[in-house]
Amino acid sequence: METIDMQAAFDPEFVARVQAESGQNLALCYQCGNCTAGCPYTFAYDIPVSQMMRLVQMGRREKALRARSLWLCASCESCTTRCPNDIDVARVMDVMRHMARRAGYAPEKAVKSFWDCFLDSMRKHGRVYELGLVADYVARTGRFWTDADLGPRMLLKGKLSLKPHDIQGKDEVRRIFERFAARSGS
Amino acid sequence: MSQALTYAYYPGCSGLGTSREYDLSTRAVCEALGIVLADVPDWSCCGSTPAHTVDHVLSAALAARNLAKVEAMGRDTVVTPCPSCLTNLRTASHRMADDSFRERTNALLDAPCQNAVTAKSVLQIVVEDYGIERLSRKVVRPLAGLRVAAYYGCIMNRPPEVMAFDDHENPMAMDDILSALGADVRPFPLKVECCGASYGVARRDIVARLSGRLLDAAADVGADMVVAACPLCQMNLDLRQEQINSANRTSHRMPVLYYTQLMGLALGIPEERLGLDKLCVSPRKVLRAAAGRAEAAKAQGSGA
Ligand code: SF4
Ligand code: SF4
Repeated sequence: METIDMQAAFDPEFVARVQAESGQNLALCYQCGNCTAGCPYTFAYDIPVSQMMRLVQMGRREKALRARSLWLCASCESCTTRCPNDIDVARVMDVMRHMARRAGYAPEKAVKSFWDCFLDSMRKHGRVYELGLVADYVARTGRFWTDADLGPRMLLKGKLSLKPHDIQGKDEVRRIFERFAARSGS
Repeated sequence: MSQALTYAYYPGCSGLGTSREYDLSTRAVCEALGIVLADVPDWSCCGSTPAHTVDHVLSAALAARNLAKVEAMGRDTVVTPCPSCLTNLRTASHRMADDSFRERTNALLDAPCQNAVTAKSVLQIVVEDYGIERLSRKVVRPLAGLRVAAYYGCIMNRPPEVMAFDDHENPMAMDDILSALGADVRPFPLKVECCGASYGVARRDIVARLSGRLLDAAADVGADMVVAACPLCQMNLDLRQEQINSANRTSHRMPVLYYTQLMGLALGIPEERLGLDKLCVSPRKVLRAAAGRAEAAKAQGSGA
């Protein structure tokens, strides 16, 4: 396991930012490791969640925001529920994920593409349209749909709709995204 | 009975597709119990996981558009079968209790949300508002002989401050319902473990590992089937079971039903209305075997 170099670039602004956006007092983390012990994704993480907490405390912005872990956290809330110091750890992970996205980091590209396709689909139709989402995902990632084996079966069971479920208020939904984009200046 | 229990109903996107049978069976069961579900008009997607990975205000606004629709219906409670929708609706309300957060959320909406609606799961209203006792009196075809593992998934009860329902480490709502239906509910140690969520598309290895563990554990406790309450969990365990088997070199043939489908069977609702045919791993064999076991036990009991 890699140790954390305490001398390396300390970015106090990053610490303050994560605290403000998550509403959590990060100093409360005493590295008991409970969050990591219960995290079902530890096996797939490059940096376990307790170490992510340590990286924020140490103001290691780059190292934290470039972590693959941020893109693999399923928000299962196990860490939040079990932290002895009542830190909403999942929210901290989420907030760092927002920052990573804004900084343009996404080491798990397929995961990000999937989420982006999902949001685009709901922006377009008001509700998610699975077949459209899949087509978009394949186009964006260049990956042949890895679930091609499931498609025919789902169609047969009437579980994949061939048509999008457009709602009347889809423009309202689109405007939510537009106002959000305008607000964040992107 | 006095007044019928009536709620605004939010089916969620998966209810239109991948979890059709959950929506079908929920509606059929509620109808049989006299619980009235009034669909939220022109509801939109809650944003699910992808929205909150982008921004918390955006995520809240996507949920709040629907909460505002419920307010416009003049209702104060909305129920949904889907834990992911539930989390988004409840988290939005929870955060909008903060005035500045609510203002920022409303700034993204055409029509503001007053934050006057409580979201609950269908599971919660069955247990808390309808009641297990009353349910057990409605059972006409007990599920005797059927060994089940009740699987709640990770977010139905967590975090406890937000979800405010049942026990966050050892929830019992589904166990109690299934016992009331006459099933043999096995203690299932992985009740609240994550199934791999929506990583099935981008990182299938994760789902194979996490859902594989769940299937192994269910088999270990001697369950005939897994009973789920979440569309994503059900899909990972059922639709992806072959993928999981080939990744882990296992050979599970474990049916994965929604608890509402079993409620429907026990309440005597015809199978077609419960979408049993939409399951990938057919439950017919284990249902027949369970009925056979129940018969045998009865014969032995009366013979003695
Ligand atoms: S459980 Fe809480 S205190 Fe313990 S390491 Fe994780 S965040 Fe820190
Ligand atoms: S919320 Fe994320 S970090 Fe926390 S336990 Fe779940 S997967 Fe791990």
